[in-house]
Amino acid sequence: MESIIEVKNLTKKYGNLTAVDNIAFSINNGEIFGFLGPNAAGKTTTINMLIGMAKITAGRIFYKNNDITEKIKKFQAFIGVVPDESNLYEELTGFENLCFCASLYGINRPKREAKAKQLLEIFQLSDAANRRFKSYSKGMKRKLTIAASLVHEPEILFLDEPTTGIDVASSRQIRSLIKKLNDGGMTVFLTTHYIEEAERLCNRIAFINKGKIIKMDTVEKFIDDISQSNVIEVLFEPTPIDKDFLLEKLNLSFPELECSFKAENTIKVISKAKIDVSPVVSFLSSNGIYILEAKLIRATLEDAFVKLTGIEIDAMKKEKEKK
Amino acid sequence: MKSAIAFWNILLKDMKNYYLKPPNISWGIIFPFAWMLMFFFRSGKAFQIEEIFAGIVAMSILFGTTSMLAVTITFERKGRSFDRLLLAPISTELLVFSKISGAVIFGIINSFIPILVSVLYFKSPVADWYLLFVGIILLSIVSTLLGLSIAVSAKEVFEAQTFSNFFRFPMIFLCGLFIPLASLPIYIRPLSYILPVTYGVDILKYSISKANHLYIWLDIIVLIIFCVGLFYFSIFNIRKKWIV
Repeated sequence: MESIIEVKNLTKKYGNLTAVDNIAFSINNGEIFGFLGPNAAGKTTTINMLIGMAKITAGRIFYKNNDITEKIKKFQAFIGVVPDESNLYEELTGFENLCFCASLYGINRPKREAKAKQLLEIFQLSDAANRRFKSYSKGMKRKLTIAASLVHEPEILFLDEPTTGIDVASSRQIRSLIKKLNDGGMTVFLTTHYIEEAERLCNRIAFINKGKIIKMDTVEKFIDDISQSNVIEVLFEPTPIDKDFLLEKLNLSFPELECSFKAENTIKVISKAKIDVSPVVSFLSSNGIYILEAKLIRATLEDAFVKLTGIEIDAMKKEKEKK
Repeated sequence: MKSAIAFWNILLKDMKNYYLKPPNISWGIIFPFAWMLMFFFRSGKAFQIEEIFAGIVAMSILFGTTSMLAVTITFERKGRSFDRLLLAPISTELLVFSKISGAVIFGIINSFIPILVSVLYFKSPVADWYLLFVGIILLSIVSTLLGLSIAVSAKEVFEAQTFSNFFRFPMIFLCGLFIPLASLPIYIRPLSYILPVTYGVDILKYSISKANHLYIWLDIIVLIIFCVGLFYFSIFNIRKKWIV
């Protein structure tokens, strides 16, 4: 497949801190490319370098095989950007915000008004068109911010954590809109810490941690790799426990197993070999844990992520939402 | 054409969103009256309008433009809506030009209030109307750019206000508005000559009563140099500090 963006040896340093460390990837035309990683992994810094909001320390960026590293300003005409926080004008109405954003791309009045009305309809915000942005709910704000990034019909859409901190219904609607936009031929670069979201939406994914890309592949390939392993989930009654201490003991007692906490009261166990669940259950019981359920589960992208990064998803989500 | 659409809409949005809000309009009207009253009470008698005309015009421009632009830009930066402008495919030069235009117009409109009152009510003579407008325009641009330089250094709205006052109040006393430059102590005078407002005030004084201190052509050249210098200094700072 033809690549629309190619990044070579991209590096970003803030003084002595290397936020993005010599990464390389390409985004294919018409795909949804996911960038997954914990907080401070380098996701937003990478996006910021691609969209011209951060200076590049080293490396090159290519758009349709043309080096645009020094010409990002011109490239901005072809991209839409949805930042992790809404950045529209609080005092303007939804309709005025969209018209204003379109005017920044030199779109004339009749065209921008027609486009604004069309987008408000698509995003189911027509009823709130004449309300000030500051009166919108979080979900509405996020939807209007996405709409504002589409007013000039960009070729590539950069979405930075599009569903973080919004209600379930709005998140679902946003995911379905992203899918629709992609079905219409738009290339999407998505950063998220919601693994399920990436699994559902993305064609290809890059895992980034501490500024480095750990692995990059299609979602199917990630899951295929992990599917060769056996995964069980052990659900127990919520008990005040020292998670780190328990994991250490588990790993010492069962060195052939990879154990991690999936949630406060759920332990995930992964192994290449078939897992005999009874010794694990006995071990946990002897440590004062009351087991509710132990089941074999289908491998997911989340398992691949945990395996590759060693980061607990639950902790990552909580950290992000607290932010 | 595309740039013109972007420029016009940024200007229109700023005028509507910030400058033409009732509190700012009332500020533009009340401020010059308040200064006139202050002079009246200070002198305790009817004062010669020519003595204070240039000063009130200059202060209306200086106070109107510097704080407005510094506050609005810091406000947009804090709310991240300024990022939307930085993400648009318009040059930083055009963006800065669009943002300062609203404040410059606001400064010019602010100066009309004391002019109308002085000329129509107090029957103050104006020696050179053309030069008065040249002075008003140049002073509005240079004050606005000073406000922008402050905005680039401030992170919070209150910081922008504090910085504005930090620069404005000493400027009033050093630019020859109240104390003639010739009467300033010799060791302070160099400070006056590095302030752009000094040259703007000199043009205003000449155009109203020909009571200036410097050469008019020098005032105009120095102000143009300040305008160009501050414009590119702000662009340099925006690129350096806001695109990190």
